[in-house]
Amino acid sequence: MKKLLTATAACALLAGAAAAEEIKIGVILGFTGPIESTVAHMGPAADLAIKEVSDSGKLLGGATVTPVHGDTGCIDSAGAVAATERLVTADGVKGIVGGDCSGVTGAMLQNVARPNGVVMISPSATSPGLTTAEDDGLFFRTAPSDARQGKIMADIMMDQGIESAAVTYTNNDYGKGLADAFQAAYEAAGGTVTLSAPHEDGKADYSAEIGALASAGGDRLVVAGYVDQGGSGMVRAALDSGAFDTFQFVDGMISDKLIENFGAEIDGSAGQHPSPSPELAARFKEIAGGNGFEPTYAFAPESYDAAALILLAMQAAGSSEPADYKSKVMEVANAPGEPIQAGELAKALDILAAGGDIDYIGATGVELVGPGEAAGNYREMTVEGGMDKTVGFR
Amino acid sequence: MDTLNALVAFSNFVAIPAVAYGSQLALGALGVTLVYGVLRFSNFAHGDTMAFGAMIVVLLTWLLQSWGVSLGPLPTALLALPVGIIVTAGLLVATDQLVYRFYRKHKSPPVIFLIVSLGVMFIMNGLVRFVIGPGDQRFFDGQRFIVSVREFKAMTGLREGLAIKTTQGLTVVTAVIVVAVLFWFLNKTRTGKSMRAYSDNEDLALLSGINPERVVLVTWLIVAALATVAGALYGLDKSFKPFVYFQLLLPVFASAIVGGLGNPVGAIAGGFVIAFSEVTVTYAWKKVLVYALPDQWEPSGLMQLLTTDYKFAVSFVILVIVLLFRPTGLFRGKAL
Repeated sequence: MKKLLTATAACALLAGAAAAEEIKIGVILGFTGPIESTVAHMGPAADLAIKEVSDSGKLLGGATVTPVHGDTGCIDSAGAVAATERLVTADGVKGIVGGDCSGVTGAMLQNVARPNGVVMISPSATSPGLTTAEDDGLFFRTAPSDARQGKIMADIMMDQGIESAAVTYTNNDYGKGLADAFQAAYEAAGGTVTLSAPHEDGKADYSAEIGALASAGGDRLVVAGYVDQGGSGMVRAALDSGAFDTFQFVDGMISDKLIENFGAEIDGSAGQHPSPSPELAARFKEIAGGNGFEPTYAFAPESYDAAALILLAMQAAGSSEPADYKSKVMEVANAPGEPIQAGELAKALDILAAGGDIDYIGATGVELVGPGEAAGNYREMTVEGGMDKTVGFR
Repeated sequence: MDTLNALVAFSNFVAIPAVAYGSQLALGALGVTLVYGVLRFSNFAHGDTMAFGAMIVVLLTWLLQSWGVSLGPLPTALLALPVGIIVTAGLLVATDQLVYRFYRKHKSPPVIFLIVSLGVMFIMNGLVRFVIGPGDQRFFDGQRFIVSVREFKAMTGLREGLAIKTTQGLTVVTAVIVVAVLFWFLNKTRTGKSMRAYSDNEDLALLSGINPERVVLVTWLIVAALATVAGALYGLDKSFKPFVYFQLLLPVFASAIVGGLGNPVGAIAGGFVIAFSEVTVTYAWKKVLVYALPDQWEPSGLMQLLTTDYKFAVSFVILVIVLLFRPTGLFRGKAL
């Protein structure tokens, strides 16, 4: 009897220890590098979802969750892989929110996540190449693939009656993927791409690139680049030489900086970027405001959703092991089930604990399609009188 | 055939941008070549010296703008230039006293100097980012164009437009003035002659009573002026962003080497060779040829020799060819 009691006590102790499990989630984004200004709002958004779950005390019977940050530098594949390796092997993270830029995300997935079997959910890698990447079911993204943005961009331009365009893209996975996706969709819709030429970021002079594009001609210049890099340089050179008057901007270009740089000079230009519907955006702003970041910033809501999906999948699987919960990510993200808004993570944890089903909507209206990427909701904008004006959502 | 339109298209997309870019490179290359000629090392910190000088000009311009000072159609930054030059000169002289003098005393070989300048580069790099941050800064004001595309079309009735930016005109004019003053200084004044003597043969110069420390000081002062002017003009024409100045270092060095390191005429020629080769070899000639050729010869392709991806390869191929056949550069600089 005494032995039995001891054994029971030991079991209870063990169970207690298991219940107070401490889970670490890696948040691996480009805290330095070309998109550092955007990541400044993405990191805290992911942390917010983690804190919300941890504070509720309802995950896996009271587990605490802490974020561990790592830096990708956005374009530094070697650095990103090293940081991820450290977080996975030394800190023992059970899931990764990241990476951010498409190139480093691919490198992290192939070199660290797959060999170690860790789930990765990227909030902002949009390259179409990642759709077909080998991932062992470990990789998801809350950002839509650029194949979709290319299609939407082509639709917008055809709707406006623009049937020939030149394309300039930033020379990396993101720019090339987007430019190719656009060209395919545009030509299928009957448009003509006169020339699709890359530009390097941060270079001293863009007159050669603009000269070639001007020679090729076209009714509009599609700028698939970054606003604080070569994208603005190309627009400036095109305007100054009179090569193009109007532009079509992609998500990397649309920000306050674009309007600040060019204002009324780019009147009549248009653009599109992934953005939640106004109702979802307003709701997320209400919940996430006052946490030291700007909830409406690009990819901040996606970051919140990425972290939330990892934790909800853990709850659904009843385990924090990636091998157990990786198959649950799609289940919690999509219908059927009780719709879950941002800020309702505790409610979702309760439903899952009781064996129910949820449909995570979150901050961006998450709907995972294909191999696990967001279907995407895009805002169509135009520049009028030097102001960014919303045309509608697609 | 439409020769006029062809000429205008050529000027707008090739000649004018290349002349402006060439002048910017030439001013940068002059600074590099002076340090190489007199102090005998390749100064990798030059790009970031340009960034530092431009940063001081940007800050002063903002101050002047907040006071409501303006130069009318010209950018206010021109008023800030002299102060920018003085502050940059202070930094360079301090760097020389604190860092380079030590190695000069020990008669260190040029390669040590080169590595030291790399260290100085990183420090200046950090300094500039610390003060003004890594982002894009705008400080241009005044009138943007001397001739804009729309005005030109309305004026001439041609189909092709021509744009000349105020900053492009300003860059070329300033480059001409700076180069003229520099050559007058080096060839006609006593100090200039002593610099050339020191550059030719250090020991002989010492024997004839030239004070080496003074030569070094004057060199840094001139380099500060060149770097600040080049940096500010470049920032006005494109935009001020610290990282771009670091990138500028490569074409600047290519210009100096193609022209002949240590030779001021070479630095200028090199700047234009690099700028023109970058723009012309990768230019799609279709637009010009459509006007220049009879209708039935109209090209169907873009008539582009190389795509713009090869822009940098072009300048370095030229560099390699020049070094193979004239190791001292086009204008016989010092052998490397």
